[in-house]
Amino acid sequence: MTNLRALPVHQTVLAAVLVAVAAVILLGAPGYANADNLVNQARFMSELGLIAVAMTLILITGGIDLSVGAIFGLVAVTFGLAFQAGVGIVPAAAIGLAVGVAAGCLNGFLVTVTTLPPFIVTLGTLALFRGIAEGLAQGRSATGFPEGFHALGQGTVMGLPGQLLIFALVAILAWVLLEKTPFGQAIRTTGYNDEAALFSGVDVKAVRFSVYALAGLMSAVAAILYVSRVTTTRSDMGLGLELEAITVVVLGGTSVFGGKGGIGGTVLALVLVQLLKSGMSLLGVRGDGTVVVIGAVLIVTVLIGNLFARTERA
Amino acid sequence: MTERVAADAGMRAADAAALENVAARRRLTQSGPAARFWRSQSWHVGLLILIAVLTVSTWLYAPRFLSPFNVATVLASNTYIGIAAIGMTMLIIIRQIDVSVGAIIGVAAIVAGLLAKAGYPLWISWTAPILVGVVLSSINGVITTFGRVPSIVVTLGMLSILRGGTASITNGAFITNLPPDYMIAHLKLWGINFSFILLVVLTGITAWWMRYTRFGRSIYAVGSNPAAARAIGIDERFVTLAVFAIHGAFAGLAGVLYGTQTQTLAQVVPANVELGVIAAAVIGGVSIAGGVGSVVGATLATLLFAALASALIFLSVSAFWLKAFQGGLILATLLFEYLRRKD
Repeated sequence: MTNLRALPVHQTVLAAVLVAVAAVILLGAPGYANADNLVNQARFMSELGLIAVAMTLILITGGIDLSVGAIFGLVAVTFGLAFQAGVGIVPAAAIGLAVGVAAGCLNGFLVTVTTLPPFIVTLGTLALFRGIAEGLAQGRSATGFPEGFHALGQGTVMGLPGQLLIFALVAILAWVLLEKTPFGQAIRTTGYNDEAALFSGVDVKAVRFSVYALAGLMSAVAAILYVSRVTTTRSDMGLGLELEAITVVVLGGTSVFGGKGGIGGTVLALVLVQLLKSGMSLLGVRGDGTVVVIGAVLIVTVLIGNLFARTERA
Repeated sequence: MTERVAADAGMRAADAAALENVAARRRLTQSGPAARFWRSQSWHVGLLILIAVLTVSTWLYAPRFLSPFNVATVLASNTYIGIAAIGMTMLIIIRQIDVSVGAIIGVAAIVAGLLAKAGYPLWISWTAPILVGVVLSSINGVITTFGRVPSIVVTLGMLSILRGGTASITNGAFITNLPPDYMIAHLKLWGINFSFILLVVLTGITAWWMRYTRFGRSIYAVGSNPAAARAIGIDERFVTLAVFAIHGAFAGLAGVLYGTQTQTLAQVVPANVELGVIAAAVIGGVSIAGGVGSVVGATLATLLFAALASALIFLSVSAFWLKAFQGGLILATLLFEYLRRKD
């Protein structure tokens, strides 16, 4: 139960760090707050965020999905190939989404039916999905998408980037799902103690299956937004994305042991990571340096959270 | 009503699982030595059969597959993955994981290259990286055991730190014109690749050590039941920390083999190596739940992967499909393991 009490502490620490980082950046580089820059940051952030939200739900059920980056790449490739085959941009996108959902369903199926550890199952599907993407693409990329499609990833609605609106909508829906519905309760119960959940009538398998399917869908949406932004497809797209998403989710206070965590923390961590990335680059720290800081922040935040959890229990 | 049904189903499932456990234990304790040997080795035999089937069928199609040159190439390729998988197997048996292993390999390789380039004696550039691996992995171990941060989180952070750190310090520049003597990965003893001999010897020693020494067995004890291990006086934290350090040594050595393949070395952390290493350990039969597995399986799995990669070339399958076959192989192994457990 200490975990429950530790949650707000973790988020408070995170919010404080966030404010501090924002203050440092604004003082050090006043140019940061200009609208163009913010819009661009929001685009990078939203695509990762879509996957991180789904990953949050998976981690809360006590699972993990290492294949999201591979699904991202597979969707990009199949979408590009379908478009090149002349099916039209909307059907191509639909095919891409279907591939993502199918990949997520395969994960869900393997995790629930075989009861093998998700870490291992999704490691296998990672290789499979990335392999199929490489095999289908044969090193080629697809380009030449219509202008209207590029507007999806590059356009703005009322001054806000389209991705951000989609991400905000998804994040809010996921929050409502997790905090306000019986299904959300079932997700948490499954993560706390799956046997207890089973005995209290939760369809644990259905819960597990649906979070993996959702991760497939979210990876697909992110991939199509990404392709629309960069106007090309490659089979190595999304390489290492799974680790980035897991980093954000864990930084946001969701436990890798399940049960504990939430969407709010993930969103906070996402913004923090993005602020660190872009802010530090404005302060003259190169992109690679920020990767170091993010890794250190991840370890230190969880360490501090542990310290608080211990003192509270004592 | 439906809740009652579901709860009943859950009870029945739990009962069945408990009964199955008892039955499995009875089978394990009541059978003779031959049966016990088969049970402990059946996974290895399965991997050997898989390697044999793959080899023979490829050889029938393309006889040159078994030419001495190609056999040597297959045995020598990916030995660094195999070496790293030995340490990873120990780590997984003790219920830990290291997703930063690829980064440690990369850093160790860079250190080896820089030392050789700076004119240090070659034996230093081959051994110092091992120490680097021990230090980095021990840091992971200390934070995991004493900070009580899950190892997947710690090593995820370590991966970021090492990857970003290497890139920002070196800018990804190449180390070029390394002395030819430096390439220990190409060294041959009695016509056999030194790195392959090293892999076999280290696998043998580690397997023996884990099975027949007090400390080696305590790794299985902690992995299968930490509370019971504590109760019989095993210092769980010390064992965990030691395994992290040993794993670091293997990763460092893997880095040396990785970094001495060519005279040119890119100063970046190779991507996705950690997944190859973990996959080798898993195909080798290690259970992610801890307590089960052997380093022999991991080494056989490495050879299987190497043979598969070479076989695809001889079967004229596009190299772009290699990873798909690997993924299919991993999943097939998992499904097989599941079906075997179910019986």
